[in-house]
Amino acid sequence: MQNLWLIPALPFIGFLINGIFGRKLPKSMINLVAVLSVVLSFGWVVKVFMTAGDLAAMPVTEHYFTWIKSGEFQVGWDFTVDKLTMIMLFIVTGIGSLIHIYATGYMAHEEGYYRFFAYLNLFMFFMLDLVLAANYLILFVGWEGVGLCSYLLIGFYFVKKSATTAGNKAFIVNRIGDFGFSLAMFLIVVNFGTLSFSQVFSAAPGKPTETLTAIALLLLVGACGKSAQIPLYVWLPDAMEGPTPVSALIHAATMVTAGVYMCARSAVIFTHAPAAMETVAIIGLATAVFAATIGLAQNDIKKVFAYSTVSQLGYMFLGVGVGAFSAGIWHLMTHAFFKALLFLGAGSVIHACHGEQDMRHMGGLKKYAPWTCLTLACASLAISGFPFTSGYFSKDAILSAAYGHAPWMYWVGVITAGMTAFYVWRAFWMTFWGDYKGHGHPHESPPSMLAPLIVLAVLSLVGGFAFNVPHILEGMFPIAEGAENMMLTYISVVFGLAGIALSYYMYVVNKELPEQIASSLGGLYKLVYNKYFVDEIYDATVVNPMITGSRTVLWHGMDQGVIDGIVNGVGTESKAIGGVLKLLQSGNIRSYATWVVIGSVALLLVMGVVEGVGR
Amino acid sequence: MPDALQVLNNGVPISWYLMLSAVLFALGVAGFLFRRNIITVFMCIELMLNAVNLSFVAFANMHKQVSGQIFVFFVMVVAAAEAAVGLAIILTVFKNRETLNIDEISTLKN
Amino acid sequence: MDYFFFLLFALIAVVSAVNVVVQRHPIASALSLIGVMGSIAVLYLALGAEFIAMAQIIVYAGAVMVLFIFVIMLLNAGAEERRGRSWTAQLLGAPVLVAFLGMICYFIQREFANAGFMKFGNFSGGSAQSVGLALFTDYLLPFEVTSVLILIAILGAIVLARKEMD
Repeated sequence: MQNLWLIPALPFIGFLINGIFGRKLPKSMINLVAVLSVVLSFGWVVKVFMTAGDLAAMPVTEHYFTWIKSGEFQVGWDFTVDKLTMIMLFIVTGIGSLIHIYATGYMAHEEGYYRFFAYLNLFMFFMLDLVLAANYLILFVGWEGVGLCSYLLIGFYFVKKSATTAGNKAFIVNRIGDFGFSLAMFLIVVNFGTLSFSQVFSAAPGKPTETLTAIALLLLVGACGKSAQIPLYVWLPDAMEGPTPVSALIHAATMVTAGVYMCARSAVIFTHAPAAMETVAIIGLATAVFAATIGLAQNDIKKVFAYSTVSQLGYMFLGVGVGAFSAGIWHLMTHAFFKALLFLGAGSVIHACHGEQDMRHMGGLKKYAPWTCLTLACASLAISGFPFTSGYFSKDAILSAAYGHAPWMYWVGVITAGMTAFYVWRAFWMTFWGDYKGHGHPHESPPSMLAPLIVLAVLSLVGGFAFNVPHILEGMFPIAEGAENMMLTYISVVFGLAGIALSYYMYVVNKELPEQIASSLGGLYKLVYNKYFVDEIYDATVVNPMITGSRTVLWHGMDQGVIDGIVNGVGTESKAIGGVLKLLQSGNIRSYATWVVIGSVALLLVMGVVEGVGR
Repeated sequence: MPDALQVLNNGVPISWYLMLSAVLFALGVAGFLFRRNIITVFMCIELMLNAVNLSFVAFANMHKQVSGQIFVFFVMVVAAAEAAVGLAIILTVFKNRETLNIDEISTLKN
Repeated sequence: MDYFFFLLFALIAVVSAVNVVVQRHPIASALSLIGVMGSIAVLYLALGAEFIAMAQIIVYAGAVMVLFIFVIMLLNAGAEERRGRSWTAQLLGAPVLVAFLGMICYFIQREFANAGFMKFGNFSGGSAQSVGLALFTDYLLPFEVTSVLILIAILGAIVLARKEMD
């Protein structure tokens, strides 16, 4: 009995303490509770790892209580740990701890300090529940819960209208995905009679392909919502309204990867539904390219990284879609390292510039914030796929598998890798090189913020060597991972280096060139800068009709017209009828007598007819 | 001729008594509806009761039983009691309102 | 003979009843009502209800109508005025009444067309002896109850009509 429940329970206790008593506690106490709960959770994960033995042979499963019991159908609150879970647990608790430590420094001057950490701990609880789940329903509990925490944290600065709107948008778009997930769960219950992973996956090969394809596609809808793929990615750039640690933890390292994790977990279903796998790959690839192009033109440093996240998630889905599940998970891990580092670094930069986020007002920060510069350089190398960084290994694994599946996917992926390198280094040069174009006095960040940056930088550089995920997950994902062709690797490295070089040329050597290109490309630049007007299109086609329809049809029409009409109408009609009837009470005896006679005539009529018929 | 005498010898059909009773009753109702003086209205009520008594006695004759007449006896008793009390009420109403017009005693309206 | 008696006294009864309704002065109506009661008493006699006929004369015509006349004289009720206000009674009353009478006559004709004939003397169960016998054996309880009823009526009338104590 490993007491797996402790892993999510510790952050939950942190949430309760900070949430209920946080207002009265001093800052140091809040820090202690929040950070300690997550660090202890990480410690427990390590302990489980050490003592669990060979997880490939014997995953640890613990059953706590039966939650739903309805006839033959049962769902229990079960946690399970196998190798895939172990990787995810390390990522979530490890990077979570680092970000909690960072946040104590970053949020030091913010209002609602205790609320932030309470929400953050709640998020950890739900994410850990999601990862540890042994059946789809418990996973869904965590799924919804992280969506809720995302909403709470994006709208953390709730006095800003843009923040609350972004929170709403995130939650609502997620909900659309969740609807698909729910439908998938219903299909699973109908076809398999159970939601438990082990039972579903052992029975899946025997089911017809159409059923599995339907289930897989619906699961994909859910994953698109959570992991910001086309067409449900629109919430992620807006989610940058939240504080930067939130962007790092939720929208880079953990929550958005839940979709990928879920697809990897359901690998059995996906592999038996080739059409769905193909869809996954194409959506992933399309998202990767699309988001990368948008990232080329953004000026807000967080928005660049947001689109980068969308793009990298596309890579992970591409990996899953071509059957390279462990490559997708590997990229998930390395992406968690360098993307969290990028965001935390961006936070450090923003902190240094006293809240400025527009890169056109930065520059030359190399001499003001040297440690931030160094760590961000490591992250940028990793994301560009510089040889022997962690990103190099994982991205390469995906691209090789893609080539093995369909060569055109490889080429598109490689071009996207070039674009990725370009826009990340563009951000780097604009921020750290040249002259400082801002108005304040930039300064380096405190040690509480720098320490996690350094740890993550080290991980970004060596993470590929240290954790060879496909080897770790060898037993779980039986599909072949694609040819090991060194030529492919060389080509992708060349594209990455070309991207770095081009960005250096355009933003350090020849600083007028970006302007010239932008003005000469005119309309195309505008299109990309405005993110292809996707939000506006959604507004016009989906959101506004729905609001108008809701307002006129459902609110005025149904609610006010029909329902209020009926209820009020009953009252009004009663009054009207009463008003007519009261005229009978004239107080005049003779009219009463007349009515009596009329009544008796009526009675006689009735009796005559009734009796007469009998006669 | 022998037929007419035959018919005449048979006696009066009971239905004629009943129709007479109906006519008297209808006249009583007419008086009740169309007269304005309270006492006259009351007298029409007595007329109605008499009509009903006639019909009861006719039935007693038809069925050759005496219970119809017993009923008439009780109706008469009740009518007498009712007349006494009713007239006392009319006296009180007259003392309060100084009018015997039934249309003006209508404060229980609406 | 039965026919003759019946038609004569029926005619008197109807004419008197019409007079009750039509006359404007209450005294005239009351006297007409006495006429109605008298003719009905004769009809009772024809129908073999001797005791009831006597009771009708003594109680109804003798006591109740006298009471009516006392009250009319006490209240000094004069002739009725012309004006009226109850349009319900006026407008609806006549047709309803006609319908009412028509229906009852129709039903009587339908049900009792062959009910039998009345000849004077064919029913001898209306004598005082037989009425008394039925009254004090089968209908003893209603008899006693009506005595209580009369007591209450007396009390009620006294309470209602007395002068207020100052």
